[in-house]
Amino acid sequence: MLSNETAFPWLTVLIAVAVIAAGALWLVKPLHKAARPYGLAISVLIFIGFIAAAASGFDVADAGVVQLRETYSWIPAIGTSIAWGVNGMGLVMIGLATFLVPVVLLAAWPELEDEPDSRSAGYVAWILVLEAVMIGIFAAQDVFLFYILFEVMLLPVFFLIGRYGGENRQRAAVKFLLYSLVGGLIMLVGVVAVYVMGPGGPQGFLIDNLAGAISGTQSAQMLVFLSFFFAFAVKAPMFPVHTWLPDATEQAPAGTSTLLVGVLDKIGTFGMIALCLPLFPEAAATAAYPIMVFAVISILWGGFMAIASKNLMRLIAYTSVSHFGFMVLGIFSGSSVAMTGAIIYMVAHGVATGALFLTVGFLARRGGSLEIAAYGGWQRVTPLIAGTFLVAGLASIALPGLSGFIPEYLILVGTYEVNATFAIMAVFGVILAAVYILLPYQRIFTGPRPAVEVKDLDGREKVVSGLLIVGMLFLGFAPAPVLDAVRPVAETHAELIATHSDNAAAEAVAVVAEGSTK
Amino acid sequence: MTSPVIDWAALTPILIVLGAAVLGVIVEAFVPRNARRGVQVTLTMLAIASSLVSAVWRATVVASSGPTSIAQSPTGDGVGIGTFVEDGVGIAFQLIILTCAFFAVLVIADRTQTGEGSFAASAATQPGSRDERDATAAGLQQTEVFPLVLFSLGGMLTFSSAGDLLTLFIALEVLSLPLYVLAATARRRRALSQEAAMKYFLLGAFSSAFFLMGSALLYGFAGTVTFRGIVPRIASATGMDMLLIAGVVLVLVGLLFKVGAVPFHSWTPDTYQGAPTPITGYMAAGTKIAAFAAMLRFLYLIGGGIEWELSPVLWTIIILTMFVGTVVGLVQSDIKRLLAYSSIAHAGFILIAVSSFSQRGISATAFYLLAYGIATVGAFGIVTLVREKDKSGNILGEATALAKWQGLGRTNPLLAVCMTIFLLSFAGIPLTGGFMGKFAAFSAGLANGGTVLVVLAVLASAATAFFYFRIIVAMFFRDPAEGTATVASEGFSIVAVVTCAIATLVLGLFPQPIFNFLDQAAVFML
Repeated sequence: MLSNETAFPWLTVLIAVAVIAAGALWLVKPLHKAARPYGLAISVLIFIGFIAAAASGFDVADAGVVQLRETYSWIPAIGTSIAWGVNGMGLVMIGLATFLVPVVLLAAWPELEDEPDSRSAGYVAWILVLEAVMIGIFAAQDVFLFYILFEVMLLPVFFLIGRYGGENRQRAAVKFLLYSLVGGLIMLVGVVAVYVMGPGGPQGFLIDNLAGAISGTQSAQMLVFLSFFFAFAVKAPMFPVHTWLPDATEQAPAGTSTLLVGVLDKIGTFGMIALCLPLFPEAAATAAYPIMVFAVISILWGGFMAIASKNLMRLIAYTSVSHFGFMVLGIFSGSSVAMTGAIIYMVAHGVATGALFLTVGFLARRGGSLEIAAYGGWQRVTPLIAGTFLVAGLASIALPGLSGFIPEYLILVGTYEVNATFAIMAVFGVILAAVYILLPYQRIFTGPRPAVEVKDLDGREKVVSGLLIVGMLFLGFAPAPVLDAVRPVAETHAELIATHSDNAAAEAVAVVAEGSTK
Repeated sequence: MTSPVIDWAALTPILIVLGAAVLGVIVEAFVPRNARRGVQVTLTMLAIASSLVSAVWRATVVASSGPTSIAQSPTGDGVGIGTFVEDGVGIAFQLIILTCAFFAVLVIADRTQTGEGSFAASAATQPGSRDERDATAAGLQQTEVFPLVLFSLGGMLTFSSAGDLLTLFIALEVLSLPLYVLAATARRRRALSQEAAMKYFLLGAFSSAFFLMGSALLYGFAGTVTFRGIVPRIASATGMDMLLIAGVVLVLVGLLFKVGAVPFHSWTPDTYQGAPTPITGYMAAGTKIAAFAAMLRFLYLIGGGIEWELSPVLWTIIILTMFVGTVVGLVQSDIKRLLAYSSIAHAGFILIAVSSFSQRGISATAFYLLAYGIATVGAFGIVTLVREKDKSGNILGEATALAKWQGLGRTNPLLAVCMTIFLLSFAGIPLTGGFMGKFAAFSAGLANGGTVLVVLAVLASAATAFFYFRIIVAMFFRDPAEGTATVASEGFSIVAVVTCAIATLVLGLFPQPIFNFLDQAAVFML
């Protein structure tokens, strides 16, 4: 399995650059003045590095296999190694993360201008730390390493919300932290158990060594699966453990929300695919049905709560709860079409929701409020903001030609083949989406021109909006590269659920048949 | 009867410390007053450092030629008497205790620029009396603190290697008595300090009585007090199970008191709060490590035979300890009391590893205690440096109210960052030593059927994280509090704090060498 070690340790270098750059920024006082350009340059450099890594070290034809592998011994006494590597899914997620970080830094430019130098340097440094952790999580091939990064990730987000957010930021930061920590610690029990139940040895935590080698009774496997799933459900956030997200996004700065919802929450769905399915295929297949029920509830609940939200940030947070419902539905449907849709949805949602958060951030800086009621007729004042909001909104309600359409379509079609009821109920989510995006648009942007004089998007903000719109159009019209990268992964992982649920069904039939013959 | 042959070389770590303590008492009598402190500090540091070196030397000896019983009978049967043994576990714990004690002594020795330490100028004067004012004005120093610390350190070292119940009892008293005295020597809030010492002493005396009673019952059971003599009797004796179980439980009560497990914890918050802060740090780390070392040896050798009978007792204590430590900790507003309850919760987590009755449990306990001890010494070291300040800018006592810690991240980022590292380690956040300790402890627990305990433990950890993060929130997200200042001291404390913070991170990032050492050392000699 370790045959395709790369010649150049791309992933380690990308992570190290981000960490060292953040450390340097924190420690070297003279850099504080130039924190923003410095951070932007580093993050662009990392993005370029990522492109180079993908181009030189990753073979898309073989995207189902983990590539760019590096394995170093770390703590053999407890069976953990530092192991990096990505398959097609990991690659596109790292792509999303490294793409969004410079965009977010660019969008936060004017906010940081008002801050003292040391604080704005702190913001940039935390964002860079976060970037390193995100790359690490998407590349981790060792369960212990994944867990460590999963927990460490809380710290930058905690400080980003707690230090740079709105009025109730401390409360929101602590709530975020506690929810995540409870989820994470429950997962810790699972992590410990996985090693005990697995083959053990000095590399006993490698996903490759654990997949298919976890012994234990069915109920034990189910409990361990649930311990992982719970942490991911909190992170993703699914109904009913989603309540931290609206609070966090309401208080966090727009850039933090973008990374939080756009990338970090995807770690939940990513973990479901990358860990839950290969490690516990049987348990996942058994639990798939109730999980899909919760997914459908998330879709509808998120939609209704979004319609009822008066605060724009909360609204976007609830739309995300709805969208995460779609992803989870696709992941556990067992259909490779729906799974492909779910993985692409993760990327598409990152771009579209990021655009929504950042646009609302631009708007709030001008209008001074996040309440929908405070606006009206702004289309005439800031036509570009209105336009960007509309494009991002339409992308998130899955208008054909924009990023949201293909994944949502794939998920619905794939799920329909497996379970028509769920698919039909999920379609209501699409209808709700039209309401929760178009209604606020109407209230905020249409109507008579208000008596405010503010400037429309400036050059920097135009670049941000432009980049995100290009991203949405790219995923809408030319999704082929992303599709090619994730389809093999989706196929192998969807099969895990499909075959095991077939087995379970066959066993159930056999049991019933046996019972009836008796 | 001729006297036994004693392997003096194996005793060097303890002999150095106790010898230096005796020397310290002589120094008190003969060295002029103004030179005493310098001499005492130097002597203490040198003693601990050379004891550490000799313990490392003994570790290599044990690794190459195996464990030995230190006292051999002169008739030369080669197996030894067993009152005192030198084995991998004992040495490993001695090393951990000495490491923590070294940093703790740095904090104890520290004074502010105005020459003001944490200890009363003359502990014998009545609080608020004229004698006290005179002693303070004369700039007296209570330098007996240093020999007392060394005596208790000697007790701790003996505690972790004692091979019979009498040696264990004497070690228990040697480590406790100086601590009772030290707890009463605070410079400020002296009445509180003396009350704390009194409580500690009375309850400690009680627990010693329990311990002694248990030893007597075990003697009645086996006719001997050495572990080596008791163990074979457990298999052969019939009809005396109650004597054995009652004896083991009573001895255990004495040890559980020292680690601060519920329901024997009630002294902890008061004593931690009232004692001079450097002593609190020393005691919280050292006593707990030594007591757990002794408990491991006692439980694994003698308790192993009656694991079934003991498990319900241990489980109840573990659950209660985690629960009380966590829940009561949530409502504390004084940082020393908060750390006291945190230490109670930690005792619960460590007991999970102890109660696994496995070799992995031994190394997990040792690692956990190392990470905990270092972070504890560091955290209390920081508490000594954060002071109250009056309107005219005079530095007063320690600012232990949590509200006073607001904005420390802005006024003194170095201390705030170090404190954050310790708190993250207590909370078990990855990349710190505390996380690795928790991971090891929970692994040991889970591998030996303690799933329920481990699940309860992670829930308790999540709740304890709440109060650790409250401090972080106060330090970093709030504006600086009025009337709080951090003191730049002579520098001992800050060196200890920064080294402990770095050590905490190193333990979290590169624990492999320590795990290796502990794994190969984790075998008890009977």
